[in-house]
Amino acid sequence: MSLLLFDALLCLLLLALALASMLSRQLTHAVILYVAFGLLMALAWARLAAPDLALAEAAIGAGLTGALCFTALARQGAPAAALKLSWQQRLWPALFVLLMLTGLLQALLQVPASAGPIPEMVMLNLADSGVTHPVTAVLLNFRSWDTLLELLVLLLALLGTLQIAPVPTQQTSWRLSRSWSELLAPLIILLAGYVLWAGASQPGGAFQAGALLAAGAVVLKLNQQLSWLGWQNIWIRLVVVAGLAVFSLVAVLAWLLPVPGVNVVWLRWPPDYAKYIILLIEVFATLSIALTLTLLVVSEQPATQLSLARENETGAGND
Amino acid sequence: MSGANELSILSIIISSLLLGIGLLFFIAGSMGMLRFPDSYSRLHAVTKADSLGLGSVVCGLMFYSNWWQNLLMLVVWLLVLASGTVSCQLLARFCKAKQDQL
Amino acid sequence: MTELSATFIVFAFTAASLIAIGFYSFITGPEPLRRILALNIISAGIFMLMVVLAYRGYDDTAVSVGDPVLQALVLTGLVVAVSATAFALAMLARLEQQKPEQQKPEQNRVAKSQISRPEQ
Repeated sequence: MSLLLFDALLCLLLLALALASMLSRQLTHAVILYVAFGLLMALAWARLAAPDLALAEAAIGAGLTGALCFTALARQGAPAAALKLSWQQRLWPALFVLLMLTGLLQALLQVPASAGPIPEMVMLNLADSGVTHPVTAVLLNFRSWDTLLELLVLLLALLGTLQIAPVPTQQTSWRLSRSWSELLAPLIILLAGYVLWAGASQPGGAFQAGALLAAGAVVLKLNQQLSWLGWQNIWIRLVVVAGLAVFSLVAVLAWLLPVPGVNVVWLRWPPDYAKYIILLIEVFATLSIALTLTLLVVSEQPATQLSLARENETGAGND
Repeated sequence: MSGANELSILSIIISSLLLGIGLLFFIAGSMGMLRFPDSYSRLHAVTKADSLGLGSVVCGLMFYSNWWQNLLMLVVWLLVLASGTVSCQLLARFCKAKQDQL
Repeated sequence: MTELSATFIVFAFTAASLIAIGFYSFITGPEPLRRILALNIISAGIFMLMVVLAYRGYDDTAVSVGDPVLQALVLTGLVVAVSATAFALAMLARLEQQKPEQQKPEQNRVAKSQISRPEQ
């Protein structure tokens, strides 16, 4: 009963925050409320028996998205004159959304109460996957396609962002925040390493570790540290691509060099070596995800272009 | 909660008391954030009262867990304490700079 | 077949409402930044829907987590969502830069950059 009370309270809070964020007059309030919403989402994942998601959401939803949105806010100058919507412009979307909501709820209430055969299938094959944590097994063995393509999507998003990212506004930071971020850095590296290693048997893994590392690196970058961490650095580019490259290479090797007595399936690892293959992929994927997310959030143009662009700041809108 | 059965009445009372005190501090801090007039006093209310409240909650929870979890909770509290202090300082400085600007 | 648990109903209702709130704001929200936030709230609702579906088997079986396939999908989705958000925000920032000069709130920008300058 008390657990249900907790659920209801959490859900009410989530809904209230989402509503307040969407309906607030000022964008600043909307962003702040959205970050709080992200933090509470992490709590909801933990409640719904998804600790992997809670770990990732805490680093992504509350950390990275917050940094992203505040950067966007800082770029947006003064608020434009508030558009006044007529009651018709509010009514029709509301009706549409209500219709959708009723349809969704009706579908949801007809969902069968048991989860179906898939979780048991995962559990049955877990011994052959090389890891003992089911989510990691799904991510890096049973459904590796998802993870491989996801790395590709990340890379594409980064390339796109680097193409169109505007010149960063001039930033300076306080000494206090700088030294605090320096203090936190080793702790975050330690935590990320632990989360990565623990992923084999407990909640954790490449995504969570990568997101954690990225959050730490973003804090340092926002404090003008880590000047080597930028797209102009060739090593950074190599590491960003390494996640995808190592994954594909391992997949091709596992396909071409079959272990005797094991069926060759594309993107399935031979059980004897699965543990090491997964660890290898995860290490590179972590580094690659961390750097990609960091560059996505800070999205800085190379230093030479930057100084050029700053000189003719007034003409920057025309290029 | 299976461990709760093994606790003596005294430790249950103490832990509930600590948890209650912690929640009171949280409520006071949140009230302060909502009701105080300017940024500085709001910052003061939130960071100080909530840090203390969290400490009290951690102490109250320590009766229910083993030493390793206790250590982790203590580390979490220290981290929150430190980051709360730093962010309070930073926000206050930002407010000051903004005030000087106007 | 057992009944749906109360937790399932509460969270499923929340997820559906989040999607609805996000959609409404995505349609009506005047500022582009708020529309991007609305998209994020829609995605949060969809992720919650998937996780709540994964949670169904959690109560009655001995599995340590909910349906791992759905959870893995959501984990992938979280990272993709944040990268899509970053891309959208980069486009938005570029759009702001392309705006004609007279609409740019130049004074405001100057004041902001001075505020963020620290006293060393």
